[in-house]
Amino acid sequence: MTHETTLAVLRERLGADSFTTSEFRDNYRVIVPPARLYGVLECLKQHGGFDMLVDVTAVDYLYYPDARDRFGLIYALLNTATGERLYVKTHLNEPDLAIPSAFSLWKGADWMEREVFDMYGIVFERHPDLRRILMPEEFAAFPLRKDYPLRGRGERHNFPVLTRAEG
Amino acid sequence: MAVRLPENVVATRLDALANWVRKNSLWPMPFATACCGIELMAVGASRHDIARFGAEVMRFSPRQCDVMVVAGRVVMKMMPVLQRIWLQMPEPKWCISMGACASSGGVFDTYAVVQGVDRFMPVDVYIPGCPPRPEQILQAIIDLQEGIRRTGTLTGKEFEQRTKPGAPLPLALSVDPAAAVVAPGDFATSTRVR
Repeated sequence: MTHETTLAVLRERLGADSFTTSEFRDNYRVIVPPARLYGVLECLKQHGGFDMLVDVTAVDYLYYPDARDRFGLIYALLNTATGERLYVKTHLNEPDLAIPSAFSLWKGADWMEREVFDMYGIVFERHPDLRRILMPEEFAAFPLRKDYPLRGRGERHNFPVLTRAEG
Repeated sequence: MAVRLPENVVATRLDALANWVRKNSLWPMPFATACCGIELMAVGASRHDIARFGAEVMRFSPRQCDVMVVAGRVVMKMMPVLQRIWLQMPEPKWCISMGACASSGGVFDTYAVVQGVDRFMPVDVYIPGCPPRPEQILQAIIDLQEGIRRTGTLTGKEFEQRTKPGAPLPLALSVDPAAAVVAPGDFATSTRVR
């Protein structure tokens, strides 16, 4: 699968210097700075024919060798007419973990962005309902961050103890 | 004074009679959250036939149940639900912690999984195994029946003086949060340091 047509659209509308690309096997990524992410996604949706948002996920690069940025945020796109798949990736650093939501482009971004927020604490601006989706509402940490201990910080032991007398 | 009893009449204590009735009509509350629930279904089916012990009436309303069977791992979000269901069950009631996950967290030693339901609610019988064989569940029912026969009272408040949870000590000692951070030292050869 060649991505030349799609890249030509991006270059024409946003400029050749607005993104970089990388490739691993058949996994083709478009890497953009956070400020341009929404513009690139919008262009791919409106003019590139990417009508399906397959996945939104993130990576924590803390302790990762030779990593310059803390978080990677990845949007996996699919053009259902041609079968073309593209991964749009951006990098985020603390304390500025806010990024525009893609909900206005694909309604499916709703729960997937909530999951990324729940697990990594990346804040999606203009998201209609940015709440935790997997962890309990009162949970205070972001458990998929690499500086969060595997066994937690005692949240799993924080329940009232019921005895026979109470039951 | 001798009393002549007609045939087929047995004299007993009311407590013993109540216990005999209770132990032979345990109605389980199947709190099945994982693969242990499948074994629990197998126990209810004809091959193992839990009905031989009078415990085949699985009820999905806690108000009609005697014995809570916690079958499977319980995560943080599920623990308040489990406790609420336990409180909704009428006295007298008993609890079976079925399988490694319900009893100790099993292999799921992570931030989200409760390390044994006995930390937060009373448990009468533990079943080891991952998942346990149906025969083990039957044995647990038999053991529970024996316990009910010996310790039960008419009011069903025999455990009232037990105000402290009788849970075993946690297997995994608590780890200092800084020491528990899983940081891969070398991505090429290992994914975990500890």
